[in-house]
Amino acid sequence: MSSGDTAWVLMATALVLFMTPGLAFFYGGMVRAKHVLAMLMQNVFAMGLIGVLWVLVGFSLAFGRYGDGGFIGGFEYIGLRNVGEAPMAGMTIPFILFAAYQMTFAIITPALITGATADRLKFGGYAVFIGLWMVFVYAPIAHWVFAGGWLAQRGALDFAGGAVVHVNAGAAALAVVLVVGRRANWPREAMPPHSLPLTMLGTGILWFGWFGFNAGSALAANGVAAQAAMNTTIAASAAMLGWLLIERAKDGHATTLGAASGAVAGLVAITPCAGYVNTLSALLIGFLTGGVCFLAISLKFRFGYDDALDVIGVHLVGGLFGSVLLGLFATKAVNAAGADGLFFGGGLHLLGEQCLAVGVTLVFSFVVSFALAKAIHATMGLRVSEDDEHEGLDLSLHAETAYAFGEFGSMGRIR
Amino acid sequence: MKLVTCIVKPFKIDEVKQALKDVGVQGMTVSEVQGFGRQAGHTEVYRGAEYTVDFVPKVRVEVLVADTDVERVTDAVVAAARTGKIGDGKVWVTAVEQIIRVRTGELDHDAV
Repeated sequence: MSSGDTAWVLMATALVLFMTPGLAFFYGGMVRAKHVLAMLMQNVFAMGLIGVLWVLVGFSLAFGRYGDGGFIGGFEYIGLRNVGEAPMAGMTIPFILFAAYQMTFAIITPALITGATADRLKFGGYAVFIGLWMVFVYAPIAHWVFAGGWLAQRGALDFAGGAVVHVNAGAAALAVVLVVGRRANWPREAMPPHSLPLTMLGTGILWFGWFGFNAGSALAANGVAAQAAMNTTIAASAAMLGWLLIERAKDGHATTLGAASGAVAGLVAITPCAGYVNTLSALLIGFLTGGVCFLAISLKFRFGYDDALDVIGVHLVGGLFGSVLLGLFATKAVNAAGADGLFFGGGLHLLGEQCLAVGVTLVFSFVVSFALAKAIHATMGLRVSEDDEHEGLDLSLHAETAYAFGEFGSMGRIR
Repeated sequence: MKLVTCIVKPFKIDEVKQALKDVGVQGMTVSEVQGFGRQAGHTEVYRGAEYTVDFVPKVRVEVLVADTDVERVTDAVVAAARTGKIGDGKVWVTAVEQIIRVRTGELDHDAV
């Protein structure tokens, strides 16, 4: 056990948990004022439900039978039994801390989906969906990649969750969007963000928390963690520039939403690569991703799916792009436990494994998510009525209003 | 008695207010409004999606004045609110049948 490693991962756990309320504000600022509380609620609620489910079953299903090269974990850690203060073999931090750290990933991943499905999910249907999704989609994929499952044994690399988190959430987002359909009047009616300052605040929190997400994934306070921290922040910086340059050239203005979106796209793309590439590779990966994701967000208008806040354009495309680029830019000079990519003398092997890993993740996540969403939609319902949607989800689902301006005394006390 | 209603650019409201005070107006009602005239709206772009915004923010100033003061008041507003560019707004005058001061019950010219 290392006290230094333990101290860093304790801190990283809190950093990653903080990303979920950050995501809530990132998304919340982008929706219309009548739906903002529903968006915040969906994200924050994941911290409640997924946290509990993770302790009860999720961790065991993801990280049981660790290193078996298989498809799903086991039942040996149900309720976190057998998960104590002693480190697992090969680790230097308490096993219970590893479980807590991984919990924060399991929480934010389904929360990412809410951006695509914004402004139209029933709360109950959403709650059931993310609960089942964590068990049937997130846990298996986390096992394949993070717990020495079959993809990891084949040699695929995913430092902090390019496939497990971003491709996975993005593919699920596409599936749910196809099940529940478009927001009423999209794309005919304008649905501009109600508060870009909130989105900017969320961007700052995400960027800050992402140090825990990526550098924390070293599970140690060491050189790889330091390189991952540098790669994380420089990729976000470069992606912001890449996005803004194309946006300025194409639409005439560099926008605040563009700066925020570009930074997040860079953070997504560097996630699989953070502890496996050098600094200049990270800069290049970020820069290219900024441009690619800017172009990807227009796909929804071409194909007609209502990815409300561009989860597919940013997380699916950014996650795919970063994971595949890792097959080019990975180098053992950064991390001896990694591999060499095509540009660093490793040949095509890693590139092939990366493509396989993201391809399988995409297909599995899409298919199972589609089935889950379809089943919930057909039984308890996953989409609000059109009246509720027009009234605003804050009032219709939660009986609350986000912004109570003015002093007209129209609100009386009933009891 | 007349009601003078003025639609002006928001950044001109302080000058309009001062000009009205200078000609002896003792009270006014101000509200933030939206609308369009010949200025029309503008375009906003969010992640590549362009939206046209038809309604432009303006400020509406309403002043009750005695018949003899109408011209001085409208002249003052027009002079203060004018920039010479499109979108400077409008001023119109309507007849008022009765005015009542709530506190005292004073009527009409006593209540202006």
